[in-house]
Amino acid sequence: MRAGRALLAALAAVVCMAAASDPADRLADPAAEARARALFEQVRCLVCQNESIDDSDAELAHDLRQIVREQIKAGRSDAQVRGFLTDRYGEFVLLKPAFSWGNAALWLAPLLIVVLGLLLLARRVRGAAPDPELSPDETARLARLSGDDPA
Amino acid sequence: MIAELGAFALVLAFALSFAQTGLSTAARLRRSPVLAAAGEGAALAAALAVAAAFAALMHAFATSDFSVANVAANSHSAKPMLYKIAGTWGSHEGSMLLWCLALTGFGAAMAGFGRNLPAGLKACAVAVQGALGSLFLAYTVFASNPLTRIAAPPVEGRSLNPLLQDPALAVHPPMLYAGYVGMSVVFSLAVAALIEGRVDAAWARWVRPWTLMAWSALTVGITLGAFWAYYELGWGGWWFWDPVENASFMPWLAATALLHSAVVTEKRGALGGWTVFLAIAAFTFSMLGAFLVRSGVLTSVHAFAVDPKRGILLLMILGATAGGAFALFAWRAPALKPGGLFAPISRESALVLNNILLAAATATVLLGTLYPLIREAATGEAISVGPPYFNLTFTPLMAALLILLPAGPFLAWKRGDIAGVAQRLWVAVLLATVAGLGVWALADPHHAWGAAGMALGAWLILGALAELAERTVRRAPGETWRRLSGLPRGAWGMTLAHVGLGVFVLGACFETSWKQEAAEVLPIGGQMDVGAYHLILDSVGQADGPNYDAERATIRATRAGAAVCTGRPERRFYPTGGQTTSEVAICTKGFSHLYLVLGERRAAEGKPVWLVRAYWNPLALLIFLGPAVMALGGLVSLSDRRLRLGVARRQAAA
Repeated sequence: MRAGRALLAALAAVVCMAAASDPADRLADPAAEARARALFEQVRCLVCQNESIDDSDAELAHDLRQIVREQIKAGRSDAQVRGFLTDRYGEFVLLKPAFSWGNAALWLAPLLIVVLGLLLLARRVRGAAPDPELSPDETARLARLSGDDPA
Repeated sequence: MIAELGAFALVLAFALSFAQTGLSTAARLRRSPVLAAAGEGAALAAALAVAAAFAALMHAFATSDFSVANVAANSHSAKPMLYKIAGTWGSHEGSMLLWCLALTGFGAAMAGFGRNLPAGLKACAVAVQGALGSLFLAYTVFASNPLTRIAAPPVEGRSLNPLLQDPALAVHPPMLYAGYVGMSVVFSLAVAALIEGRVDAAWARWVRPWTLMAWSALTVGITLGAFWAYYELGWGGWWFWDPVENASFMPWLAATALLHSAVVTEKRGALGGWTVFLAIAAFTFSMLGAFLVRSGVLTSVHAFAVDPKRGILLLMILGATAGGAFALFAWRAPALKPGGLFAPISRESALVLNNILLAAATATVLLGTLYPLIREAATGEAISVGPPYFNLTFTPLMAALLILLPAGPFLAWKRGDIAGVAQRLWVAVLLATVAGLGVWALADPHHAWGAAGMALGAWLILGALAELAERTVRRAPGETWRRLSGLPRGAWGMTLAHVGLGVFVLGACFETSWKQEAAEVLPIGGQMDVGAYHLILDSVGQADGPNYDAERATIRATRAGAAVCTGRPERRFYPTGGQTTSEVAICTKGFSHLYLVLGERRAAEGKPVWLVRAYWNPLALLIFLGPAVMALGGLVSLSDRRLRLGVARRQAAA
């Protein structure tokens, strides 16, 4: 039941969506605002059900948006803003996992599967002569079957 | 009384499924046609019994019988009839019953229609299908029975989540489940083939119609879900790489790979082992999805809220069935014949390449969905895997697949000729490049990736049409007509599916690259611009429905002074659950959408103002039309004559 209520609360948060574009909060400089919006899409709304702060209207998402906008206004770079957020909330806050040893399996697996698949394919076709010459026996049999017996 | 009959029918179905497994296993062991017929009869009876239980639950929902716990928790007497009925499968318990209905229904269909299957294979497959039915019915009866009564029925129900009260979402679960569970037949046939030790062209042909049916249903189901998210959630997106979306996408990717590898097995007798593996994997992904959505291990806006105990039971079913099938595969697959040889450049190689890329894409989605769980369990560190990950991994894999796709059908079996393919496709390459460059030059702002997407979409469509032309167009119009009308349905299906994919790519890339967004706080009479359109908030009035209160805005859109359309977006409040939802207004102009959302009411200088958001989503309609064309291709292919003619009968006739 508690889970049910949490879900309802989350859904209620979902439906009044995209306050990210609320004119009351926007930065004056359109270029800075565009940068902020791009960053919003990479930041997780920590209390929501797997949404970015660009999509969510939860209280915390609003606060995180304000933080990102203030950081941008203070002249920080995108990487600095991301660093600031991960220092505060951990890697969980970023929707794009870091390129790190801990995530090596995550980032490299797709490539490994393609390479492995290609190797298997190469092994399957290597040396495969799809149209081998017919042996004399086979030639004779073919001729017999096709009706024009050479004999 | 009807609910009790339904509960009885459900237990009966469980017993019948169990009997189905026993009888069909005995039939296979003793090679007895009588026992086989009895097993098939049990399969049919089990399907009828589940249908009766389902009808009983539907009756309880239609009559708002709140003494049934599931109805009290998920329905409301003021709800429109369509959503009362859709409530039958709106909850966890009801959707498991729908799952069982599909499972036993397909079992009965296999028993009834599979007349040309060899007796041994068929008995095995019916037995496996019965075992699946027994497991899922046992789970439904004992752990999540939708037909249990409550001692003190409430006067009013707690209502279905208002977001789910939508026509697309009423149809979405049945389509999705037909797809998920349709894969069970393919799974059963694969396990049966492994037991029999024979995977050949005939087997691939029997598997094909079931795969096509399940794939088409899954395509429609996923598209309906995306369309629902697009217009119901109200922020204009249609795919979010949400774990639950991924759960439905993985079986689709596996089924797509299976459709293509089964062609190799059917036409050339090769790749039998891999095709069987995919057949097992596709249904495993379906079951994994069912588990993920219900277990609470993933956080998602779509997940059912249920207790973890049920999740563990589902995990045990998943482990037993998939584990058993893959163990059987590991044991029996090495004995399967490898089949015909082929050269590096050949139709076979092209289809293997298709499978490698689809398998890698499936693995990417699987890993992206489960990696946060694995990493947290292993190291205790929580990470998130969101859309940026999939854009960097899944998208390049798919792009590679789509670039190679049009060449595949031009290659000959066994040994193909690359120069010949280039000769036949250079016009398509040229036109697609021109299209991409043209879009890049004309669209404002310039988006290189968006333009590349346009070129790719054009390449897919032109490539598919070039292949069709190559097969049919001759100098004499009579000859062209004769060839067109003589073309097998399977070939038409392939062309349609590939064209549909191209249409989807066009829509998805254009919409993503060139959509425009605007948001303003407007008083009555206030104005704003989005894209080339000028919007005026004419009025906002009260528009209450049967089970909600609503405000409805009238927004007039003009372009260069000329009236374009009037949108009436609503903001609804459902007092039962205390939820607010947004009904967007969509004006369709050609294939593009002007998408209007009414936000919250505020006050400025004592006057009411409203937050209005507007999106210009160019070519957005193609995103949903493309998959519809793909599903149509699947259905056309399903009607192919060769799938109705049994292999054995054809040989007898020859």
